[in-house]
Amino acid sequence: MTSKKEESATTGIIIEIIGMHKWFGDFHVLKDINLNVRRQERIVICGPSGSGKSTLIRCINRLEEHQRGRIIVDGIESTNDLKNMEKTRAEVGMVFQHFILFPHLTILENLTLGPIWVRQVPKAKAEETAIYFLEKVHIAEQALKYPGQLSGGQQQRVAIARSLCMRPNVMLFDEPTSALDPEMVKEVLDVMIDLAEEGMTMIVVSHEMGFAKSVAHRVLFMDFGQILEENTPQEFFENPQHERTQLFLSQILH
Amino acid sequence: MISLIGWVKANLFNGVFNSILTLVTLYLLWKSVPPLMRWAFVESLWLSTGQECHAAGGACWSIIPGNIRFMLFGFYPADQQWRPLAAMAFLIGLLFYRRDRRHWKKFLAYAWIVGLFGMGLRMRGGLLGLTPVESTQWCGLPLTLVLSVFGLTAAYPLGVVLALGRRSKMPAIKTLCIIYIEMIRGVPLISLLFMSSVVFPLFLPEGITVNKILRAQVAIILFTAAYIAEVVRGGLQGISRGQYEAAESLGLNYYLTMRLIVLPQALKIVIPPSVSILISAFKDTSLVVIIALFDLLRTTQTALNDPQWMGFSAEAYIFIALIYFLCCYFMSNYSRRLEKELDRIL
Ligand SMILES: Nc1ncnc2c1ncn2[C@@H]1O[C@H](COP(=O)(O)OP(=O)(O)O)[C@@H](O)[C@H]1O
Ligand SMILES: [Mg+2]
Repeated sequence: MTSKKEESATTGIIIEIIGMHKWFGDFHVLKDINLNVRRQERIVICGPSGSGKSTLIRCINRLEEHQRGRIIVDGIESTNDLKNMEKTRAEVGMVFQHFILFPHLTILENLTLGPIWVRQVPKAKAEETAIYFLEKVHIAEQALKYPGQLSGGQQQRVAIARSLCMRPNVMLFDEPTSALDPEMVKEVLDVMIDLAEEGMTMIVVSHEMGFAKSVAHRVLFMDFGQILEENTPQEFFENPQHERTQLFLSQILH
Repeated sequence: MISLIGWVKANLFNGVFNSILTLVTLYLLWKSVPPLMRWAFVESLWLSTGQECHAAGGACWSIIPGNIRFMLFGFYPADQQWRPLAAMAFLIGLLFYRRDRRHWKKFLAYAWIVGLFGMGLRMRGGLLGLTPVESTQWCGLPLTLVLSVFGLTAAYPLGVVLALGRRSKMPAIKTLCIIYIEMIRGVPLISLLFMSSVVFPLFLPEGITVNKILRAQVAIILFTAAYIAEVVRGGLQGISRGQYEAAESLGLNYYLTMRLIVLPQALKIVIPPSVSILISAFKDTSLVVIIALFDLLRTTQTALNDPQWMGFSAEAYIFIALIYFLCCYFMSNYSRRLEKELDRIL
């Protein structure tokens, strides 16, 4: 495993997905997925609803189990080994569509929970880190409130800060702005753009074209559980190759 | 004054049917309340002998001061009765102290453990120069409190474990928990108590006996836990999958996810039904009379057998009911406060 780790450090590949398939019962959700993500690379995935985008990124931190092929994250292969699974999850930050915070804990406690219990960081240190990231997402003044007292956009920013407190190497975003009121989308995207500029490795499921154009290195198009097309944002939006991509783009552009 | 008349009109005499109902109610109250008051307060005796009571017509509250020690402590040696009294005082103090959530610190948990064992020790004696008192002599209110406080304290965590087990992904554990819960819920507490006192000893090797109170205690714990388990399971179902996933994606393991994220939320949801179960379990401890344990109810009945006090059972039972009521009221009042406090958070 150490050799793998060294290899991934030298080749700069942090996520490696090789010939991966997944089924929900009889339903073949993901078909022969192959994807390499380099360190500091930012990838945007788009595609119609039900095409398997969420399932793909959930497989990366093993919220879902794949049945065939391999997924290697930062040198650790995704298997049923509990210890490895928890390690990977702590390395990989995940932000959900519905900004799932823990309603019974304050914002500050939401942020310090992972570092204290998973990373064994002392409480004072964890709180210091938490405040640092809350400031980064422009919400430090809400630290002692409960999630229910915050707006959707604020909650989503807290959710991002909560992941960052774990000092992840990769951040996964599953449609982070699609459940938000339009006026709150920008505040969340701004935070994500800041993050991108700092060199975070990111995989973002999103239909926000502006965001994709300004931060993504690559855009992937998924449909029917397959990656049908992948290209630079420029090429992807201006010159889509696959006819399904063309159809999809024409639909979301109007 | 106007508004009072208005209120009476609007609420008591709006329509023929309601007017009749109001009049009938008033008549019944007029017929029943004054005599009751006369019996309870005017013609009643508070500190007298039984003979004097028989001569008077009202309530004989004297039966309570006359028998209070036996009713509360039963056959516990009279010169040692300060021990259960102190134990109870300590327990009640602890309960009241715990009412304030700011006092919920680690040391309180230790205080509880020390307190509960201290209570048992103090009642049992044999240490620190205390004369040993056989558990067969434990009676009355201390017995009721021991059975219920120990019972409820042990049943709740066990119920939570059973609820988690029933939702486990491991088929063996899940099946075991389901069988346990359904079997226990399928029999009345009385039959469990009988089994614990009659059937269970048959399986023990010769010469070994397990204390009768302990056996009853175990039966009560096992019984209550099954009900708690189902209530807690309901609460667990109220927690969305997203909460589990958010916890897992932070790298929390099963134990931490449950302890830090799921249970605090689930248990809060189920405070009201849990308290109902705890209250009914508390009252159900009176069923131990059928295996010849002298709980509060039984010592009272025994006191009533004294010819001097024959015929004044109503007064004694009212007194007992009052004790039960106070305890249950404390529980439900406490749970309501707790709920309100937690409501501000969630
Ligand atoms: N837990 C599940 N069990 C069964 N089918 C599922 C489950 N989760 C998702 N699916 C199905 O898998 C397909 C892909 O889902 P998803 O990855 O959420 O799509 P997307 O995020 O692209 O909209 C959908 O058809 C969905 O109905
Ligand atoms: Mg999705």
